This record gives sequence, C-alpha cells and structure tokens, in this order.
Amino acid sequence: MSLAVPGLRIGLSRDDLMMRAGVVLLAGLLLVMLGLPLWALLAKGFEDRDGKFVGLANYISYFSTPALFQSALNSLQVASITTAIVVPLAFLYAYALTRTVLPMRWLFQGISLIPIFAPSLLPGIALIYLFGTQGFFKALLGDGSIYGIDGIVIAQVFYCFPHATLILTTALATADARLYEAADVLGASKRRVFFTVTLPGAKYGLISAALVVFTLVMTDFGIAKVIGGNFNVLATDVYKKVIGQQDFSMGAVVGMVLLAPAALAFLVDRLVQRKQVALLTARAVPLVPRPKFARDLFFTLFCLLVSAAILAILGMAIWGSLIKYWPYNLSLTLDNYDFAKFDSNGWDSYWNSVRMALGAAVFGTVLMFTGAWLNEKTRGFGMMRGVVQFLAFLPMAVPGLVLGLGYIFFFNAPNNPLNFLYATMGILVVNTVAHFYTVGHLTATTALKQIDPEFEAVSASLKVPVWRTFTRVTAPICLPAILDIAIYLFVNAMTTVSSVIFLYAPDTKLASVAAVNIEEAGTTAAAAALCVVIVLTSAAVKAAHLIADRFLFARLQVWRRR
Amino acid sequence: MIDRTILRRATLAGAAALAMFGLASPAFAQKTRLTVYTALENDQLDPFKKAFEADNPTIEIAWVRDSTGVVAAKLMAEKDNPRADIIWGLAASNVGLMASMGMLEPYTPAGASALNPMFLSGKSPQTWVGMDAYLSLVCFNTAEGKKGNKPVPTSWADLIKPEYKGSIVMPNPASSGTGYLTIAAWLQIMGEEAGWKYMDALHQNIAQYIHSGSAPCVQAAKGERLIGIGLDTRGASEKTKGAPLELVVPKEGLGWELEVTAIVKGTKNLDAAKKLADWAASKKANELYAKTYPIVAYPGVANTPPNYPPNLEKVMVKNDVEWMAKNRDRILAEWTKRYDGKSAPKAK
Amino acid sequence: MTNYLEVRNLSKRFGDFSALGDVSLDVVEGEFVCFLGPSGCGKTTLLRAIAGLDPQTSGTIRQKGRDVSALPPAQRDFGIVFQSYALFPNLSVTDNVGYGLVSRRQNRAAILKRVTELLALVGLPDAGPKYPAQLSGGQQQRVALARALATSPGLLLLDEPLSALDARVRLRLRHEIKALQRTLGVTTIMVTHDQEEALTMADRIVVMNHGAIEQVGTPQEIYRRPATAFVADFVGSMNFLAGTLMAPDKVRVAGVDFDCPVQAGLAPGQKVSLCIRPEDVRVRDLPADIVNRVPVEVAELDFVGAFCRATLRAQAAADVALTADFSSNLIRDLGVDIGTKLDIALPPDRLRVFA
Ligand SMILES: Nc1ncnc2c1ncn2[C@@H]1O[C@H](COP(=O)(O)OP(=O)(O)O)[C@@H](O)[C@H]1O
Ligand SMILES: [Mg+2]
Repeated sequence: MSLAVPGLRIGLSRDDLMMRAGVVLLAGLLLVMLGLPLWALLAKGFEDRDGKFVGLANYISYFSTPALFQSALNSLQVASITTAIVVPLAFLYAYALTRTVLPMRWLFQGISLIPIFAPSLLPGIALIYLFGTQGFFKALLGDGSIYGIDGIVIAQVFYCFPHATLILTTALATADARLYEAADVLGASKRRVFFTVTLPGAKYGLISAALVVFTLVMTDFGIAKVIGGNFNVLATDVYKKVIGQQDFSMGAVVGMVLLAPAALAFLVDRLVQRKQVALLTARAVPLVPRPKFARDLFFTLFCLLVSAAILAILGMAIWGSLIKYWPYNLSLTLDNYDFAKFDSNGWDSYWNSVRMALGAAVFGTVLMFTGAWLNEKTRGFGMMRGVVQFLAFLPMAVPGLVLGLGYIFFFNAPNNPLNFLYATMGILVVNTVAHFYTVGHLTATTALKQIDPEFEAVSASLKVPVWRTFTRVTAPICLPAILDIAIYLFVNAMTTVSSVIFLYAPDTKLASVAAVNIEEAGTTAAAAALCVVIVLTSAAVKAAHLIADRFLFARLQVWRRR
Repeated sequence: MIDRTILRRATLAGAAALAMFGLASPAFAQKTRLTVYTALENDQLDPFKKAFEADNPTIEIAWVRDSTGVVAAKLMAEKDNPRADIIWGLAASNVGLMASMGMLEPYTPAGASALNPMFLSGKSPQTWVGMDAYLSLVCFNTAEGKKGNKPVPTSWADLIKPEYKGSIVMPNPASSGTGYLTIAAWLQIMGEEAGWKYMDALHQNIAQYIHSGSAPCVQAAKGERLIGIGLDTRGASEKTKGAPLELVVPKEGLGWELEVTAIVKGTKNLDAAKKLADWAASKKANELYAKTYPIVAYPGVANTPPNYPPNLEKVMVKNDVEWMAKNRDRILAEWTKRYDGKSAPKAK
Repeated sequence: MTNYLEVRNLSKRFGDFSALGDVSLDVVEGEFVCFLGPSGCGKTTLLRAIAGLDPQTSGTIRQKGRDVSALPPAQRDFGIVFQSYALFPNLSVTDNVGYGLVSRRQNRAAILKRVTELLALVGLPDAGPKYPAQLSGGQQQRVALARALATSPGLLLLDEPLSALDARVRLRLRHEIKALQRTLGVTTIMVTHDQEEALTMADRIVVMNHGAIEQVGTPQEIYRRPATAFVADFVGSMNFLAGTLMAPDKVRVAGVDFDCPVQAGLAPGQKVSLCIRPEDVRVRDLPADIVNRVPVEVAELDFVGAFCRATLRAQAAADVALTADFSSNLIRDLGVDIGTKLDIALPPDRLRVFA
C-alpha cells in the first residue's frame, strides 16, 4: 500500500506481509461466515416469491401497511422501557459490587450472571408460573396480564440484566481513586461527588450498556413470541413472515428494517468506544471502597432483593421441572429429567450441545482473539481493517432467525464448495461463533487496547517476528480476557435457538432446540427440566473458571503480583 | 483357578463378539439412511420409526423434526439443494405449495387406490398422499369454567357471547397454519361477509392470538385460559395427562387439514423413499396413525383415540383446499389489517 | 567525522495537520543528540520516522550510508526505549533482556552470559529472575535500556525515557545513561522536553518548535548563542527588552542606546528585542567608563536557594524591568534589599538581538 503522498512507498517487512495476509484471510472468513449468508437472505427482499427480481416492490408494499408502523413503535417502546429499567437497576447493582463493602460479593456477582446461562424459554415458563392466570403472584399484577407488554418487559429485564451489569461493573471498576480523594479534600457533598465524579466516569459504560440492552431487545423474538400476546414487534413480524408463511422475501424486508435501528445504535457505540479508550489508558489509582455502615446496609439489601428476584425465577423453573402437571397435580417427580420420554434424541441433544459449545468456545476464541489482534496491530491497510471492523459489528444487529436462514441459502447452495459443511456439527459451530462475534471481538479489542501499544515496535527493533511476541507476550497477558470470551461463547452456545433451529441435522439436534420443541408439545415441566440442566451446566463451567482463576491461573500469573 | 478360567472364557467370548461385530459392520453400512423431514409429534417418532424399520430392515430413518413452520421454511430454503429424502407428516397446504413449485417427486404409492380419495393430491402420479386429518376445535377447561360459572359452549356462535370476554385464545393465522385453517373454515361455513362479522365479534372475546397452533389447547389445559381454539391432538393428549379439559366440537362444523407424505425431488435414495411412501400408505401404517388421530386415510381403520369426541368425520366442513391456497395472501392481509397489532394491551 | 544518520527534507502530515515540515539533520557516529522542544512540537514524530515506526510523508533518511527511508522497522538497525518502557510484564527480567537474542540462534549459555553482562552494565546484577512489576520505575528503565542494547544496535533511540521517574532517580539516571553511552560509543538520539536534561546529557541539541528545527548546536552554543527568540526563551531564562535597532551595533530601549554585537541581518529602524540572561547582568566593580550602564531600583527579590532572582526597574523608565540573578554573597556584600538603588551594566558581548 502506498501512503497518502505519491512518491514514497514504504516497504513491507515479512511481519507486515504476514499480518496483512492474516487480515485478508480474516475478512474472507468473516465474509463467508456473516456477510455472504446475510446477503443471501437479504437479497430475497428484492425478489418475489418465485425468485424474480422486483426491485423495491416488497419494501413499498411493506411500508404501505400500517402494521409496520405499529410493530416498529412497539419494538421501540419495549426496547426503551426495558432500557430505562435495566440500566439504572444494573448501575446500582454494579455500584454495589464495585464501590461498597458487600458481604459475599462473589456470590452476588455470580447470581447476577444466572440469566445469561438460561435459555429464554426459562424466564417464559417461570413467569407464567409466577404471574400467569394460575400464578402464585398473579395478584401483584392487578388487572394486568403477563401476556403482553408487561410480560415482555419483565422477561427482557431478566434477560438483559447481566449484560448491563457486566458492562457497568467494568466501567465502575476502572475508576480513579485520586478523583474521589480530590473531591473529598474539596469538601464536596456525597450527592455532588456522585453527580460530578461517579456518573461522568461511568458515562461511556452507561451509554454502552443502554445501547446493548436496546439492541438485544430489538432483535429478540423468543420472549415476544412466548409471552408477547398480541403485542407485535418487528422481530415477531419476521417470525410471522418466515415461519408462518414461508415468505422469505417479506421476511428479508422486515429483517432489513430491523437492521436499521440496531445498526444506528451500534454506530453510536462505536463513537463512544473510541473515546472510552483514552479514559482507560489514564494512569489511574484503583479505588478500594472503605466500609460505611448505612451505605453498605442499603446496597446489601438492594442486592439481596435483586438476587432474590433472579433466584425466584430460577427456583420457579427448578420447581416447575419437578412437578407432575401444572397447576392441577403439583406432586413431585424426577420423571421430567428422563428426556428420552419427551424427545427421541433424549439426552443426546444435551451432549450435542456440550460438544457444540466446546467447539464454539475453542474455535471462536482463537478466531476472535487472533482476529482482533491482527486488526488492532496491522500497520496501515486501513480499508481492509475497516471491512473487518464492520463485519465484526454486524451480527449484534442481526436477528438469529435471519442469520440462520441466510446460512441455509448460502451454505446449501449446490455450487458452494463449502456445502459439505451443511448439516454437520461444523456449521452449528460456525454459525454460533458468527452469531456472537461482536461481543467477543469487542472484549478482545478492549483487552488489547489496554496493554502497552509499543510491544510490536519493540519486537521489530529486536528483530523478533510479531507472531512470536503474540504467542509469548500478548496472548499470555490477555489470558483473562481470552477465558472470558471462551466462557461467553460456551454459555451462549448452550442456550442459542433462533439461528441453529434451521441448521441442525438428525444427529446434531441441540438441547436448547429440544427444549423449545418439548415446550411446544405441551410438556412444560420437561422443557423446564432441560432448561435447568442447561443452566447448571453453564453455571458449573463458570464456577470451574472462577476456581481455576483463583488457584491455577494465579500461579501462571505470578508476574501480576507487585 | 476357577475365576481365571471364567475370565479366559469371557475374554474369548468377547473376542468372538468383536469379530462378529467386525464382520457384521459392513452389513450395517449397507443400510440406507433416509433423511425424513417431519412435523409429527415427538412421541410419535419412535413408534413410527420402529414399525417401519421392522418391515424394511435395510433402511434406517433419520428424523429432522420441528414445528410445521420451521420444517416448511427449512424445506423451502433448501429448495435448490434438497437435503430431505422424503416428507412424512407435514401439513397438506405447505406440501401443496411445494408441489406447485416443482419441489416434489411425483409417485403413486402401492395401495394408494385403497385410500379415501379425499386424502390424495388428485394428480397422476400423486404428488402427495394424506395420512390423517387434524382438526381445529375448542378446548374448554372445565375446572376454570366451574370456578367462573361459565357454561361449556356448543357452537362457534356461542363463543361470541360476552361472558367469554377476554378468555379465549386462538392461533394467529399469520404465524400458524392451524390459525389459518380455522378462519378459512369460518369463512367457508358462514360466507365471507358473515365470516368477517363473526370474527369482529369474536375479536372482542379474544385474549390473545398465539404464534402456535398447539399452544391454545395447552394453555386451556393448564388453566391459563378458559378456552383455546386449536389443534385437536394436543387437547386430547393434555387430557390424557390429567388436564380438566373438554374437547368441544362446535355444531357448525370444523376446519381441518391433512398431514401428508411426499417424496422430495432430487433425493439420492429414491428407492428407499418409495418404500417409505408405500409403507406410509399401508393399512398397517394407518392403524398406527389411528392411535393418535381420529381420522385417517385408510377407510375402515378409524377408531377413536382416547378423549376424542366420536364421529368427527361427520362434522368436518366441506373444505376447498384450492380456494384456501389461492386466497391465503388476501385473507391474511385482511385479517392482519383488522385484528393484528390493533389489540395491543393499553400501557398502564 | 562521518555522518551516521542523514535526515533530508523530512515531512510528516496527519491529515491536514503538518507535524513535521521539511526537516533536515545530520547525526555523527557515536554522538549523543537530544531533540528538545515543547510538548507537541514533533519530537516523537521525528524519532518514530527515523525508526520507521510511523513513516514520513516525504523526505529521505540514510543510516550509515544506506537509504533506509522506505524500510520497515525490522530492517533498520536500532534499539528503542519508550517512555512507558514497554517491558513484557509476563517475562522475567532475564527473558526481557534476552528477548531479541533468542531469535538469533545463539545458544542458551551465550544468551545468559550476554544478559548477565548487560544487567551488570546497567547496575542490576541480581534482578534477573524478577518480573517487571516487582521493580521500581528506575530499575524498569534500566532493564528497558539493557533490552534495547542487547542486540548491539548501531543506533539507540530514547523517547522521554526519564519523564516518568521522580526527580532524584532522574538525576542519577541522567549520568548513568550518559556514562553508558560514552562507554559503548553507541550513536544515541533522545527525545526530551526537559532543557536541563538536554543540556547535561547531550553532545548536541536539536531544538524544535512547530514541526521545524530552530537550532542545532552544542549545549554551550544553544545556551550562549541562541539562534532564535524561541530558543532564547525556551532554553534557560532570558530578559526580553523591546527596543529599536538604531545602528548595526546600537539598540535603543526606552530612550537609552545600548551597545551590542554587530547585527548583520537586521535593518536599522527595525523593532527588535534586546536580550540578556539574568546571570549575565553585571553589578560589582563597574569601571567608571563601562558601557551600557543603567541605574535601577530593586523592585522584588525572590530567594531561589543558591541565589536570588531580583526584579529591577530602570530609574529613568519604571516600565522597563528585567531580572537578574544575584549570588548570596553579593546581596550580603552590597546590602541589597527591596528599594535599593544601584547601577548595573549589560555587557555587550552577552547581549543578543532578535527581530
Ligand atoms: N497519529 C497521529 N494523528 C494525528 N496527529 C498526530 C498523531 N501523532 C502525533 N500527532 C500530532 O503531531 C504533533 C506532534 O506530535 P509528537 O511528535 O508526539 O509531539 P512531541 O514533540 O510532544 O513528541 C502533535 O500536535 C500531535 O498531536
Ligand atoms: Mg513525545
């Protein structure tokens, strides 16, 4: 590549060439995993049902129906309400975790993650047991009904809470103690410190959390489908078109419409992220909270309340998995865990899920971390790196349904040399990695931005190839982030439904899909049981991670100690 | 000493078994693996597979099972490079569309002539062959009815009475085939104008249009709702599990839909697929269907599965399948305009 | 003396912003050169261009006669130490220092021997098994230096290596680095914004401002004969008296004419600044016929430790003020205090005139 001014061409070292080749390879891979499959579906938006090109006709017909406007409005409404509830809630919770002296902090932190481990079916079932017509706490809703916007919002709050808490915990944990000392010295009131130091410090975290929650709610159809009632949202519109009427053209149109707000949200996030980097690289002195009775008591009670709500939903699902027939025969049984009775694949689908999740964790982590590194550290080559960045951001804005169908159209095309992948475990792994690419990529990028930017320059001056510095220095330093990505992928692979439901083959049915099928067959208790097994698996993996972190990796990371 | 002899014998036996297995394995490999796409109920899969494989030991069934919409969407999306060998148990309306798109391999199974003609595609050779009919009826929760002192309805007309306000659920026709056949039946029984007027009135009593044909009866069974309009089989199976449910057949008649078998064009296992198509049309197969469905294709094998009202054939409306297919887009558009999304619960 | 490094017409643009404009510079083999200038003036940019880390927009760089302008960093010959040190935190000090040696196919014993030698050289013979986080800032700095020197580069580049350290350590390291450089004879370029650092360490100083070189010279030259008003102001303290050039060797300030060195480049009648360093103001033993004598009154007196900085006002024109450094002895001997009236002289050979 020549630099801006003609006349000077900077030669490329072997490292540069290798890294550029890596970026090209990565871009190609992402194109195959994301870009082309998405296009394969979205292009149908310009065709009629027989595959004839019709230009914008489908768009015109869709935009001229009043239903679109209503669905779009509903989507925005649910997303806004959920965001308005989740973000303050998560902020207080994250504040409690990072800025107060909380007894058994690790436990509260663990509990806040539970919703991530659960398939979205689980809160659906639990909410019906809790607030449905026969529910224990039906009275709490007054005249309202769980079927509709109330139910969607409650379930979405549950589902989005850990995402927002994770982001805000990170944002609040990186605070600079010196600012608080300065404020103290200046005799600022607590209120004033909160509004002038704490909030601005977490500003980017707050914006990020709000955008992530907003996008999650916009693209999720599982919850809206199960307890949404008549409340139409854009994501269920896609479902209606694609699953209800097998109308891929209109499905593609709605999918494209759905991309717009989500893409916009992510554009804002990009801008914010860019500014945040500077914030993190400041030489901060970590803040260690000092005990303060009244404050600590308040936040402990708050955390207890939130944890109780989360545990109530999980507990309800566990209990629901142990009863014979809701609500008319509440005697207990373990029969619901004998999955062979409800699904011909029995426990096989569970082991398939575990294998798939492990595959996605290994393949995805290697790809995401190496990819983020290549994209961060390659010198020049701006265009190609921009392409990678764009592709990496795409999946967050894409409903799984759209991606899954796109995979069929793309990978199953008879002239695609990759169609040997179709109907194998491989395609499930690839699809899952693609589906969850954005967050992993962001995590890796953030971790890479936090380490010294000059490692590569030092290696070049010492004539050490970059890949060596990557394996010997960069990757070991980022080990915590790498493990986080792996866990994130594992956990999501265990629960994902919307995309893989189109892609499994007879031998590769997944537990999360089986749970949906079992629930559809009316065997709610068995579906709850399968969900519980999934939650426990993910929780066990996370617990193993924490324990390993404490004992094993502590030894690997002696160098962190001062 | 004795122990050791036993041990040695066991080892020998094991080795022999291993050798046999080794010899036998090529035989396993010769088995044709038939990929079958289906929307049959989960608990039907095993008995169906076992029964067929017992009669056809060289063929092994590999199921891809999901809800009707997902399976249909998958089949249509795979159109250019089909992965399914055969469809066994999918709604006739979906399969009919695939036939019109040339996605099916026409084949008249041996013994098709013995079937009730209503269950055949009418083409020669047949594009699809029916197995059973399922109905959209009314599931009434007697326990909740007693609590609220609500009478059991006996007709569609009963359902628009104000006492059922907010206590009825039915499938959303835009997302569920069952939903569509239900409203198509009303439009056919009552005529279009009266049909829409009926739905206007019914809309006042509807609590929710659900994105599933089976969920309404399940919700009624669990007391979430008093009344569910939806799939008969699910109502019956919930009742078997102990739900206080009554399956009501409205006297005006019922909408229905066929579940069918069809060979997918382009299959690499055409012979095996034909064998399955033959078997699926046999009396033996129909006897198996009759365990869960009250109405099957083979005349005379009809028995009544547990918890079904008797004589259901009599109340099936005269269903013009072609009319249903032709008018689908128009009716759904009209339905969506009238009822969908308008009824969002008021935000409190 | 041969030029080790020749920079010619180097420019660097970041979008519309010109960070370096047409910079040319020679560095002699074995020399210690400092880039000195205010923050943001382009010192780091120039250093990184020399290393090839952020290539220039135009211009050429020759190192040891070889045109390296278009070479990537890995094909140039230099060792570098950053302000952050960029030590690999997960590797021990030994592994850090030996990092560049491992890929040169040397055997373990040879590497270890070289590492031990280097650690002794930088005064950390026992630090080998430790990790960077267990070392103080100054120690980390030395490890970074040892690592940069391990491969015996022909050119050592240091970007503000001392700015993250506290004052005491900084002073000590100044001398150590300088001594080390002298022992090894390695051509060295150091970036700093600290004039004292540049004056004490450098053989030659390159003063930069706004992406251009203002002056290149030995510390003496830079201090004694600043080429521009900017250099005069930036390096050390300087009095600027507004005046007019009357003749090539006469400047009038507040109605009084001062003798000064002959100004070739300036035209009489031009507005100029007459400059003198505070320590060059003469007070004691003024001969009766001394030129540039000014009667002044002491307006302020600030104690700075070894000396006092006095603010003096001309008795004839109260708005003309200048600072002068008086030693403690002088203050005691002459009984100087605020309000004291005395005569001073501005020696012509110490005067500088800038347009
Ligand atoms: N990557 C960059 N993009 C845009 N401007 C830059 C970049 N790097 C440096 N600059 C600008 O170039 C000027 C010189 O920077 P630098 O060489 O780092 O100054 P210093 O003399 O303090 O080392 C500064 O104004 C800086 O803002
Ligand atoms: Mg700098």
